[in-house]
Amino acid sequence: MFYRETGQFKSSYAADMAIFPIRQDRIALWVVLAAAFVAVPLLDFFQVWPFGGEYILRAILIPFLILSLAAIGLNILTGYCGQLSLGSGAFMAIGAYSTYKFCTGVHIPLELFTISIPPLPVLPSILLGALMSAFVGILFGIPSLRIKGLYLAVATLAAQFFFDWVFIRVKWFTNYTSSGSVAAPDLVFFGFTVTTPIHRYLLCLVFVSIFALLAKNLVRGNIGRQWMATRDMDIAAELMGIRPLYAKLSAFALSSFVMGVAGALWAFVYLGAWEPLAFNIDRSFQILFMVIIGGLGSILGSFLGAAFILVLPILLDQVPHALGVPVSVETVSLLVFVVTGALICWLLIVEPRGFARLWSTGKEKLRLWPYPY
Amino acid sequence: MRRLTLALGALALGATAMTEPALAQQNEQFLPALVYRTGPYAPNGIPFADGVADYWTLLNERDGGINGVKIISEECETGYATDKGVECYERLKGKGPTGAGYFSPLSTGITFALTEKAPGDKIPLLTMGYGRSESKDGAVFPWNFIAVGSYWTAADVAIQHIAKELGGMDKLKDKKVSLVYHDSPYGKEPIMALEARAKVNGFVFKAIPVTHPGVEQKSQWLAIRQDRPDYVLLWGWGVMNSTAIKEAAAVGYPRDKMIGVWWSGAEPDVTPAGDQSTGYKALMLQHGAGKFKVHADLEKFVVSKGKSVAKDDFAQVLYNRGLLNSMLGTEAIRTAMKKYGNKPMTGEQVRWGLENLNLTAERIKELGFEGMVGPIQLSCQDHQGADIARVQQWDGKEWKVISGNYKADLSILDPLVKEAAAKYAAEKKITVRDCAKES
Amino acid sequence: MIAFGQFLEVLVSGLLAGVLYSLVALGFVLIFKASGVFNFAQGAMVLLAGLALVRSLDFMVAKGLPFWAAIIIALLFAALIMAITAWLVERFVLGPLINQDGLTLFMSTIGVTFMIEGGAQMLFGSDVYPLRLFPSDAWFLFESSFPGGILVSKIDVWGGMIAAVLVVGLALFFQKTKTGRALRAVADDHAAAQSVGISLNWIWFIVWLVAGLVALVAATVWGTKLGVQFSITFLALKALPVLIIGGFTSVPGAIVGGLIIGAGEKIAEAYLGPFIGGGIEYWFAYVLALVVLMARPQGLFGERIIERI
Repeated sequence: MFYRETGQFKSSYAADMAIFPIRQDRIALWVVLAAAFVAVPLLDFFQVWPFGGEYILRAILIPFLILSLAAIGLNILTGYCGQLSLGSGAFMAIGAYSTYKFCTGVHIPLELFTISIPPLPVLPSILLGALMSAFVGILFGIPSLRIKGLYLAVATLAAQFFFDWVFIRVKWFTNYTSSGSVAAPDLVFFGFTVTTPIHRYLLCLVFVSIFALLAKNLVRGNIGRQWMATRDMDIAAELMGIRPLYAKLSAFALSSFVMGVAGALWAFVYLGAWEPLAFNIDRSFQILFMVIIGGLGSILGSFLGAAFILVLPILLDQVPHALGVPVSVETVSLLVFVVTGALICWLLIVEPRGFARLWSTGKEKLRLWPYPY
Repeated sequence: MRRLTLALGALALGATAMTEPALAQQNEQFLPALVYRTGPYAPNGIPFADGVADYWTLLNERDGGINGVKIISEECETGYATDKGVECYERLKGKGPTGAGYFSPLSTGITFALTEKAPGDKIPLLTMGYGRSESKDGAVFPWNFIAVGSYWTAADVAIQHIAKELGGMDKLKDKKVSLVYHDSPYGKEPIMALEARAKVNGFVFKAIPVTHPGVEQKSQWLAIRQDRPDYVLLWGWGVMNSTAIKEAAAVGYPRDKMIGVWWSGAEPDVTPAGDQSTGYKALMLQHGAGKFKVHADLEKFVVSKGKSVAKDDFAQVLYNRGLLNSMLGTEAIRTAMKKYGNKPMTGEQVRWGLENLNLTAERIKELGFEGMVGPIQLSCQDHQGADIARVQQWDGKEWKVISGNYKADLSILDPLVKEAAAKYAAEKKITVRDCAKES
Repeated sequence: MIAFGQFLEVLVSGLLAGVLYSLVALGFVLIFKASGVFNFAQGAMVLLAGLALVRSLDFMVAKGLPFWAAIIIALLFAALIMAITAWLVERFVLGPLINQDGLTLFMSTIGVTFMIEGGAQMLFGSDVYPLRLFPSDAWFLFESSFPGGILVSKIDVWGGMIAAVLVVGLALFFQKTKTGRALRAVADDHAAAQSVGISLNWIWFIVWLVAGLVALVAATVWGTKLGVQFSITFLALKALPVLIIGGFTSVPGAIVGGLIIGAGEKIAEAYLGPFIGGGIEYWFAYVLALVVLMARPQGLFGERIIERI
């Protein structure tokens, strides 16, 4: 009834191949984009609830956007190409630290010649940093040609721990600060310095929108289909003429690129100053959770999963206080653990394919409503 | 379009109506507490958080707050995770009538992240005995207060104590001192100061990292067994400390040649190792464990009324450190009130209070902290206020103070502070304040 | 001679440390073998078992029970807690998730990890609780041939002996008892096992119970070594490379993997560490595992992965 594509005729190939072929989807997308790009800044400008104060923007929306981006990155790899990875944190860290290096200037004195790059503006630094991440992604993707499934997952932990160590030990990456913690330089984009929360939010939003659309576009094309074929059965895909080397490594590269961007944003926009601990194994698990709970192989799911995993503990944490229940912080945070764990298990039981699946079931229902079938 | 504007206007009105009662609040000072009562570092986080909370309760119960302004506080659990700490900070910074007075994150990682945010929000960070050592330089770090001592102070004092045990500074020559440290910004902080000291005094310095969380240190201690350093400095946190002591015992390294930093010198660090900890030494952030006059008040006004959150950690090292942390913060607020009047202070006013905080010996005695801490005076330039520390030793049951106060050698440390602060200022393009011009 | 003594010392301590990782890895293997679940909660189970043990032990010692009686009751109590956990997990998480793919099951065990970590600390406290069951000093062997002798920690030797007993016990259990044989049948083929009348739910409960008991054994050793506290859960991450090298499905593999990882990382830390910066053992174990996997994608002792279309 509400979600019916009857009567929407495609009269050209272009219309048939659009990213969002159904009108309702297009409208929904525009509504969401309008809300994100126009309504949120307006609400913030007028200090309308809940945007009075910066809490929602700084502590919820910005990390939500960045982690969604990371989840999209991992979803490309795990959801679309079927390569389980527990190294997301490492690729985010590579993005963050490389961006930092490009921002503050690279100087590598070699024996024959010296590589010297002057400090670059933030935007090219982020993209170059993400490229470095993609490069390392390819490197650590090579074992995936031989190792599969959970074994591969544990192998990607090698990347995680190795880079944890590299960024702590190699002083060059942190510009030889005494503590090994680094602070992000000012965020200058085309002569404009991003400082206020709303500007930071918009900055993240631009990145996330672009990469989400790119990813959405990519996964329905040739390469996306190669990934999915590889995911569903790699031997069969190989027999059909899909080169596993190309399919898997391209997924690793793209996914690491996106995660690199997310890492740079996490460090530069959200944290401001960071140490390798900000990208440790917990981060990798968090992002994997977002992808699984949101739905493997769904861009929308990445957003839903990120929202759930990020917001749930924060909400649970504040519920007792808001209700005025006198419980100690200790009990609350332990309860948050238990409840989060229980909800995750419950969600996996009722819908192992995540929110994205719930969403498509919902769409199915809306299509038929008010009739049961 | 007009309807949209109207609707927005109505919404905005509604929102202001909703926030109105929050503004018209009574005479209350909001103080946030970032704590970690769960997770890997909980054994150390709990007593500190208890001390912080109990001192505030004491002020409310005994004096009715600070100069009549009642303290309201809220804890937020960080689990020692930086991103959670940032979320907590954002959550708590705007609460209460004037927003958060100050923050004490008790985590080097969170301190680093908040250092970037605090100037924008105008909330001071009171990082007593941890955080960036160069934040002593108030001209570059106007919002950071590393009161009482930095890791560089600690490193310097540790070396001085070693020299004293050896019988003079000149005896340090060609001695071997190894640092076993938590492989994180926290553990790496002292290296710079120790290297500078090694150059001056001619001892051989070696840094041995232990990966977080420090449950596995066998190879590090086997290396120490082979290398036989004359002293081992321990810069650990949480489980790493007790594990280090046990491994030291296993390889037969004498515990009385080990000196821990003040974060490696509390009860949860030594009790798990049992008798093996006997003889182990640690620096004191001036204070140690034990009961002083303030504890009598605490027992009278807080514990006996069942309002204490502490259990068996009462008067332990980290509990006392929590008390001290709260005392510094509230005294800063009291100082600020002298200038701005007896009402809730904003972060900016508390910062003024911190910079003008002058805790004389008499004032400390009045507060009941005599014997725990010496005089501290902060200023615009000096955000540390004291450069002294003592050494304590675990006798198997309790910590015993075994030394007098050492004063860190500022001729070595101050240039380091200057250099690091200048580097930070250059990197972040901070215009350095001219403290001579500020009142 | 000194260098050789040093090498021996590092090697021995590495091997023994590796066996202690194997104690944790064994729990993973048991559950993976029988149900195909990669049980990330094993580390949390060690924490739970340890907390239950040490808290009840302290309680009874404080009540004035003699130590030997207290320890027996405490062990029984902890075993009971593990049994309850096993039942709850089987009944409410894995039972309903039957026939889901490996990734979903893996994620659900992380959910279980959260629940156990939160629940255990809520029940028993989040402080550090010292446990003293084994001596923690060291022997110095061959002092005549090497200056200073070769250091061997007693607790590591205890751990090694316990691991040996455990492996023999498990082998006997799998080979000789009816339940053990049923477990192996389930591991081979769920459907076939079900068709000959083996109750999957019962078997899975047993498997989680056995894994819980293995966790309890690991907790006695590691609790003595570290004190029972939250950080014990990090052992799960140390056990993973052991698991990869040995293969997910092999009990002896877990022991051999432990030996390789333990010796490898300690030797790397001692001899490679000084050149590229210390603290390498954490990732070295994983890289070592990765190298082994490149050669044998199913681990050294894992069942050969055969893929068909």
